Amino acid sequence: MPPRDSIAARNDEDLLQSHPARNGPRGALARGLAVLRNVWRRLTSMRTALILLFLLALASLPGALLPQWSTNRPKTAQYILDHPTIGPWLNRLGFFNVFSAPWFAAVYLLLFISLVGCLTPRSWELLRQIRTGPPASAPRNLSRLPHHATVTITGDATAAGRQVADRLRHAGVGGWRTATRTEPDGAVVVAAEKGYLRDVGNLVFHFSLVGLLLSVAVGGMFGYEGTVLVTEGDGFCASSPIAYDDFRPGPLVNPTTMTPFCVDVDAFHAAYTPQGQATTFRADIRFQTGGDLGTDTWRRRALEVNDPLRFSGDRLYLLGHGYTPTFRITYPDGQVRSYQQPFAPEDSMFTSQGAIKVTDPPGYSAADLRKNQLAIVGIFAPTAVVRGGIMSSGFPSLLSPGVAVDVYRGDLGMASGIPQSVFAIDTAQVANGLLVKKAHANLSPGQSVTLDDGTKITFTGAKQFVSLQTSYDPAQDWALVSVIALIAGLMASLLIKRRRVWFRIRPDAAPFGTAAPARHGLCIEIGGLARTDQAGYGREFASLVALAPGTESTAAGTVPAETVER
Amino acid sequence: MADVESVAVVWQLASRISDLTFEGALAGYVMALACHAVEFASRRATSTARATAAVPADGSAVALLTRDGDDPAETGGSGEGSASLTDRPGWGERFGRAAVLVAGVGFTMNVLSLITRGMAAHRAPWGNMYEIVSLICAVAAGAWLVAVNRTKVRRIGLFVMFPIAVLSFVGGTVLYTPAGSLVPALQSYWLVIHVLAVAISSGMLMLSGVASAMYIVRTRRDRRRDGHTDSRSVLDRLPSPDILDKVAYRTAIIAFPLFTFAVVAGALWAEAAWGRYWGWDPKETTALITWILYAGYLHARATSGWRGSRAAWISILGFASIMFNLFVVNMVVSGLHSYAGLN
Repeated sequence: MPPRDSIAARNDEDLLQSHPARNGPRGALARGLAVLRNVWRRLTSMRTALILLFLLALASLPGALLPQWSTNRPKTAQYILDHPTIGPWLNRLGFFNVFSAPWFAAVYLLLFISLVGCLTPRSWELLRQIRTGPPASAPRNLSRLPHHATVTITGDATAAGRQVADRLRHAGVGGWRTATRTEPDGAVVVAAEKGYLRDVGNLVFHFSLVGLLLSVAVGGMFGYEGTVLVTEGDGFCASSPIAYDDFRPGPLVNPTTMTPFCVDVDAFHAAYTPQGQATTFRADIRFQTGGDLGTDTWRRRALEVNDPLRFSGDRLYLLGHGYTPTFRITYPDGQVRSYQQPFAPEDSMFTSQGAIKVTDPPGYSAADLRKNQLAIVGIFAPTAVVRGGIMSSGFPSLLSPGVAVDVYRGDLGMASGIPQSVFAIDTAQVANGLLVKKAHANLSPGQSVTLDDGTKITFTGAKQFVSLQTSYDPAQDWALVSVIALIAGLMASLLIKRRRVWFRIRPDAAPFGTAAPARHGLCIEIGGLARTDQAGYGREFASLVALAPGTESTAAGTVPAETVER
Repeated sequence: MADVESVAVVWQLASRISDLTFEGALAGYVMALACHAVEFASRRATSTARATAAVPADGSAVALLTRDGDDPAETGGSGEGSASLTDRPGWGERFGRAAVLVAGVGFTMNVLSLITRGMAAHRAPWGNMYEIVSLICAVAAGAWLVAVNRTKVRRIGLFVMFPIAVLSFVGGTVLYTPAGSLVPALQSYWLVIHVLAVAISSGMLMLSGVASAMYIVRTRRDRRRDGHTDSRSVLDRLPSPDILDKVAYRTAIIAFPLFTFAVVAGALWAEAAWGRYWGWDPKETTALITWILYAGYLHARATSGWRGSRAAWISILGFASIMFNLFVVNMVVSGLHSYAGLN
């Protein structure tokens, strides 16, 4: 992009001064336009692009250093609590939501405008260059170029020129574009250039960056993610956001057009090393989608980490797992019901926390129902170890499960309309005395605890649950295409070299000003210029020199060239 | 059963060999560092310019004159001593050659250590911080050996071997983890591709960063010397700014596409593992910052007013962000990339 620099560096003031003494609205308009033009030129200059690039890096920095709402909600909240003075301000300024903050968007939008503004004219210029080939004119003194050589032969200048051009066009990969011209003094000049692909690659690279940004934007607008916990033996059907425990749609998602599918989780298998480090996770699922939904056809599949289920644009992931303790409650009226609820894993050994909430215990009138709701709250451990009265898990698999639970009775406060965590009870209800702790017990499977009214709660065991996620991103294939083009363009623009070479075939002339003219012969002056990266042109130039007629063999009549010192 | 036992013995042996060869590699790097230090400090400077005429070997009728860095004079295999075969090399020269040799031994040991580690753990040997750091050191040492063979940069050896020695020391002590299996999240062929690409590009960019830092030191020294022709400094023995810039740039143009590929491979893996190809995880964000910095470096080298020291500073910043991403993000900032194996 350096050529743009010189344009941008040229201040528009001289443009303004060339139309002096313009007054009135027309003058103001012209001045306004000039200012706009100047701004545009500055924005699309390489230097501005560079500065914007660094601003982008700088603007991303808080996203890496500070916790973000989007990736770590609890840690972000904690950070704000821990920094009461600066935290709320950082929050207000978007430092915990960097990548959707307006100032971040401003930087990358400006950068991409600068990019497009810089690249579009360059594309036309490159297209023109490729169409027309190199200009046929050559520098007057080729010996001034970084690489030069002289060869003397005998023969006809025009024929030699044709031969050189022909050989250049067939030399190596990529090939040279050539142009031949006869100068006024009779010298034949062959100008050649290669490496246009470098600039093509450069443009492809930058335009694919724009393509990538657009793909990310479209994906963010129309994509969605939904997560759901499913216990072994259960399933879920996703046709609307309600099916999910947590649904995160893009702003333009239309929930009525979501792909419907159903998943049943038959079993979950995990294997661990003796130290408790996991070695494999596998969920055996059955699913149906598309036509299967009408015919009740189920397809079996093992869902593993790193191996999602893909169907018609949607993807289903196995993200995590945990335990779902099961209880049986025998009510005073003799009714028996079973309950289960996933508990949230708290550590790597799957000590888990959660609550089972019974909102509709049987045998009560509607009026009494709210006073007799039950909650079983506490710890589940797949391999229970009790130390100092506190239960935790000693191993992540289901060896000797146990629960340490408090049983509450009263009003759970679910009718208030305020959403509650599924893993905990509303402690405000306990503080208000509306929910009263009736018992505490550490239970092994089969053991039970009986409340004052005769309600008997039995811990029956545990199942496993899996955390599943559905992801949909309509533009992710475009993002992939963009990055493939980006890498290809990048490699072309970094590894292909742009080279120029000129052959000036002068009949009967002195090479580079030496005294004795080579009689009855031709003097070929060769000059090479690396347009981008000098590196490696030395050796390459030597092989170019060898393309001159007469250099492949020292045939009779060939006069050795003079060594030229600069 | 005997079969199972003998297999276990072989694994243990491989693990032991891996540890020993890693120690050998570290020793090699430290010795190379020491030898380079002697070379750098030695009095017999290298300032005698060696004019090697570029005479075409085949005696063809062509005279060539180039200003390119690739001509034979600059690529002489053993660096500075190539032209003076008849002279007895000075101590600096001898230690310099010894340093490259010892670094080569260290590099070989490092590679052996990685191979046996892979055999002991039955997987690609870059699954935790220790292994990744070991791999980065091997790549950096390898890149350095290639650079020394191709250009006259041996005089910065001290500054190249220093980070390599420090990294492998930290790797072998603080980060060391016994060979073991990986958590399911890391059991993917993307681990092989993504982490390998990250480590290779990081190792190469380390060399690029050191060359850029030396470029800044050398150009500063040159500026200070202008006007004081009689002042002398060990810094005058650093390679010329041209050579340093060339080493930094050529390493970067190979490593940058590779790093880009590494980030893309990471995104593809994230798509398969976490449900999205980009989620602004701290690791991802820092990788983007690194990418932007190196993109900036390459652009700066082509922008008037930014060439030279400014571009070199950007390259140094880029490498600093790689190290930040490797250590700080893994060990301090919590994110999804929690493979350090240190908890």
